[in-house]
Amino acid sequence: MVEKRPLLDFITHAVLIVGAFVIAFPLYVTFVASTLSLDEIMSVPMPLLPGSHFVENYSQVLFAGSTTGSQEAVLSMLLNSTVMALAVPLGKITISILSSFAIVYFRFPLRNFFFWMIFVTLMLPVEVRIIPTFKVMADLGLLNTYAGLTLPLIASATATFLFRQFFMTIPDELAEAARMDGAGPMRFFWDVVVPLSKTTMAALFVIQFIYGWNQYLWPLLIASDESMYTVVIGIKRMIVGGDAANEWNLIMATAMLAMLPPGTRGNRKMSEQ
Amino acid sequence: MEKRVVFRSAWLPYVLLAPQLAITVVFFFWPAGQAIWYSFQLQDAFGLQSEFVGFDNFTSLFADPHYLESFKTTAVFSVAVAGLGIMISLLLATMADRVVRGALIYKTVLIWPYAVAAAVAGVLWAFLFAPSIGIVTFVLKGFGIDWNWIINGDQAMLLIIIASVWKQISYNFLFFLAGLQSIPKSLIEAAAIDGAGPARRFWTIVLPLLSPTAFFLLVVNIVYAFFDTFGVIDATTQGGPAQATQILVYKVYHDGVKAADIGGSSAQSVILMIIVIALTAVQFKYIERKVQY
Repeated sequence: MVEKRPLLDFITHAVLIVGAFVIAFPLYVTFVASTLSLDEIMSVPMPLLPGSHFVENYSQVLFAGSTTGSQEAVLSMLLNSTVMALAVPLGKITISILSSFAIVYFRFPLRNFFFWMIFVTLMLPVEVRIIPTFKVMADLGLLNTYAGLTLPLIASATATFLFRQFFMTIPDELAEAARMDGAGPMRFFWDVVVPLSKTTMAALFVIQFIYGWNQYLWPLLIASDESMYTVVIGIKRMIVGGDAANEWNLIMATAMLAMLPPGTRGNRKMSEQ
Repeated sequence: MEKRVVFRSAWLPYVLLAPQLAITVVFFFWPAGQAIWYSFQLQDAFGLQSEFVGFDNFTSLFADPHYLESFKTTAVFSVAVAGLGIMISLLLATMADRVVRGALIYKTVLIWPYAVAAAVAGVLWAFLFAPSIGIVTFVLKGFGIDWNWIINGDQAMLLIIIASVWKQISYNFLFFLAGLQSIPKSLIEAAAIDGAGPARRFWTIVLPLLSPTAFFLLVVNIVYAFFDTFGVIDATTQGGPAQATQILVYKVYHDGVKAADIGGSSAQSVILMIIVIALTAVQFKYIERKVQY
């Protein structure tokens, strides 16, 4: 700080406290609602201190599911979300590290063409090709399968671009030395490139884990079968309409479960920095 | 940028590229091509017959008052989400950069929503604002405001704006904070010695130096408001009441999936694609400019 200004300090803290309150309030209310009984929530205004139904609500959603709307147990939704949140980053890292290795370390016909082909996919988010992509998935028989949920999300221009940028910073001497020692390209890839890329991979993993876990539109199209619901879709399916008809205590418990895994991943990432 | 040292192989690079290219072609180019193809076709509801109709789908789209209305809705929504999101997070980041005591707590709380899914953010705020049981609705009633977003279009719009901004603040906040921390302290100190107060320093030094970050965030936030807020809308208003919150992406989904109007929905997809390409071009121009700095 440059100078002492007590009034400005006061305003600064006031703004931050208000900001932090507005940011945290919905999360706090969600937690409180997940520990109340439905009757307590329905009594306007609902209590703002945690109630005594924590175990009851969470065990009901985890093992039995809600009674209105989707009746699938949330445990199976969490499993589907986990599969998606792991398969997307792992698949993405694998295919993009291979393709960027090819683009950076080889000279071959059509190299630039392929690079641009991967790159323009940035301009084609799922949202702009909903119907035809759905048709393609149906034609390939991939509806309601894990492959259908994850494969299309695996192709990523950003990951390829990130690896390419990183490979450009690997000193040429390393490749030269490897070649002089008689190592082929794949030996160089496994023994030099992969170990050096660990930090980039870890960063990508965290970001893509959150991305995979939080997917909405894609599973909404592909997973029509309740047993394939991810937890984010599950929450939406528990909301059946008119606000008094919903089992808000169970919806909020599910929301807490949906927020925890990406939240802990994200925060660990932040604290590392 | 090219590598000096490369490996030689006639087939290996193609094998390495194959998985990514296969997925890209099957799930990106094929559907995108089909979107363009369908947009010139008129299909019956079962997809059994189709005929080539040229630009008919496009002309009927632009003659459709609902579609034009959806453009307006999208414009209002994305300007509000991007504008509010950037201003609020700039304010919070500037403040968080200033404090010493409690800085870590503030920062931790402010980045919480970063990992929350858009649909979940929508559900959280829909619960707070629920017409009969919501805690915020209750407080508003105390002030004499009758809140019911299920029947009031403006309030529904406000709800999805609040939920979308709330989710995006953390992302903007992190970028602004990083931008603020990269401003050399000597500049600020020199200005302070010359007698510039905190407000003057903010407007003449901090803000101009933050403008690249702000511009980057503007593009990111507009893209976010256009596409990623689908979850917020589908989990809360579903485009209603009476299409008051039906942004372009939601209309593509609604017309294609729920109303089974393949041609019309594909024509809308093509228009959206053009918008995305334009946005990406703007982003690239900006990235190039940044490289020249």
